[in-house]
Amino acid sequence: MRRLLPGWPSRLVPALPGLWLLLFVAAPLLVVAVLALSWAAEGVPPFALPWAVPGQGLNTEALALALWDGYYRAAFLDALLVAGGTAGLCLLLAFPMALGLVRAPARSRPLLLGLVLLPFWTGFLPRLGAWVGLLRDEGWINSLLQSLGLIEAPLPLLYSWPALFLGMVHAYLPFAVLPLYTALSRRDPALEEAAADLGAGPWPVFLTVTLPLALPGLAAAFLLVFIPAAGEYVIPELLGPPEAQMVGRVLFQEFFQNRDWPVAAALAVLLLLVLLVPIRLFQRLEAEP
Amino acid sequence: MPLLSLRGLTRRFGSTLALDGLDLDVAAGEFLTLLGGSGSGKSTLLRVIAGFEAADSGALLFEGRDLAGVPPHLRPLNMMFQSYALFPHLSVAGNVAYGLKRDGVPRAERDRRVAEALAMVGLSGFEGRAPQRLSGGQKQRVALARALVKRPRLLLLDEPLGALDANLRERTGFELRALQRETGAAFIMVTHDQNEALALADRVAVLEQGRLVQLGPPREVYDRPATRFVAAFLGAANVLEGEADGQGGFACPALGATLRPTQLPPGTAALALRPERIFVRAAGGPETVGGVVEDIAFRGDDSLLLVRAAGGALLRVSHAEEDGPPPPRGAALRLGWEAASLVPLSR
Repeated sequence: MRRLLPGWPSRLVPALPGLWLLLFVAAPLLVVAVLALSWAAEGVPPFALPWAVPGQGLNTEALALALWDGYYRAAFLDALLVAGGTAGLCLLLAFPMALGLVRAPARSRPLLLGLVLLPFWTGFLPRLGAWVGLLRDEGWINSLLQSLGLIEAPLPLLYSWPALFLGMVHAYLPFAVLPLYTALSRRDPALEEAAADLGAGPWPVFLTVTLPLALPGLAAAFLLVFIPAAGEYVIPELLGPPEAQMVGRVLFQEFFQNRDWPVAAALAVLLLLVLLVPIRLFQRLEAEP
Repeated sequence: MPLLSLRGLTRRFGSTLALDGLDLDVAAGEFLTLLGGSGSGKSTLLRVIAGFEAADSGALLFEGRDLAGVPPHLRPLNMMFQSYALFPHLSVAGNVAYGLKRDGVPRAERDRRVAEALAMVGLSGFEGRAPQRLSGGQKQRVALARALVKRPRLLLLDEPLGALDANLRERTGFELRALQRETGAAFIMVTHDQNEALALADRVAVLEQGRLVQLGPPREVYDRPATRFVAAFLGAANVLEGEADGQGGFACPALGATLRPTQLPPGTAALALRPERIFVRAAGGPETVGGVVEDIAFRGDDSLLLVRAAGGALLRVSHAEEDGPPPPRGAALRLGWEAASLVPLSR
């Protein structure tokens, strides 16, 4: 085959993604891993590299603490539960949305897809700010209810579990709709017709054909929400209750408030290891035909 | 009473008429093929009968009962899809059992009927196989078993042989006929392949632009095409344009001759003449015209000659192998035919 580019550029181009990964994934990871094994110290930055402290070697205490301390374990559990709940809620909303999208007339599909993506056109923080404005004690919802005379004191809407899930679902819903839309638009409509022809009414068709065939898409959508949601920091901080100590929040506190960088780094490493399981699952799903 | 009656069935897609006032009766136990080119409305007709498309007007009666508004899953008929549409998440047995399960057939009877249906299409032992691991021919059989296991009185088949290769197609065609006789179900088969339509059907319905242009037994439709379209579509007949001279003759300027067909009803617009009904003669006869061979294509059991007639018409002529070597390109020859071979066309 004729080479498109002569000499070294043709060898460099395939190497670019690798270079990118090296610079922006592997190198920061290495930094975090070294940090997790370093010693906390007074100073700026507040740590000492393992080889800089004579006679002490690697610090495994931070990792052990992150692994075995009940407080951190609860933070991981909280994060996984909130991520799982968010992903589940997103699927419940996204599946009918995606079905509606694929069944909409071809002409109106780009507009509907655009509407799904519309939130991405505004900043993430302003959107959360809008929720705060709606939900806080003097916010629009409470003011309206009060002026209608339906309530006397404002409802504690903000800083609650429902507010947390509202924000999470709001932020992650498009990540569930898009893979489901792709999966459903690849389906063969003749299969549903064949099921109907063999005597299946609309619900049996959905339960015995549409849903089972959408399972890989559902799993992909679940993981695509679950993985980033597990590390979420901003939404629980701005909307969630104080007791929602998800790992992202705890990590932030260790890093910026306690200035215990090794423990923060250890938490980050552990979170990554925990999330490798669903990431691997996702890759296997994607690899299937 | 016919099993299925279509009365003035019309279906519009935007400004085009996919079905244009179609009337058709299908008898119980009959094998009917719907023959037409793409856009003739044959697939739309099948989908209207199955209930996937609604007719804009007209009636669809099954044993006298109007099926308008009856959803597909409640219609007393089954369909075999062109793509087979086998459920990829179910085994072969799961696919065949699907319809029986929906009908609430008890487990034991279901298993027995699935085994019967698979035996009928020669796929016993494939129960646990995934559809993705079947050959094209096997998939076709599973689709057939799945549709027939419900013992429908009417089976719709959308190009059932279309995805098979040529060898398999002929054998599967014979098997389809045998299954149809065995089950006693009426088959309505859509095809664009004239050989398939002629070989399998009790009656052939030729569709053109959503209209039924001819309906009859295969031999009749082939021998006596009613219109230019049918004559050209079935067996690629020569269509001879001209007009009646009022004295029993049909003046055909492109041929440079006046023809004398045995039948010449008023309103005859053209005559059809099949390539295999034309003889190549050395001497003149009652109906002969002169011509020059422009091209030859060898087809195995015959050669197809393209002969330019004196009046300018290009005729397709079949030259059988047993008549010796065909005349070479550029040869001048005389063409003849029986008067009865000239078929009057109404439009």
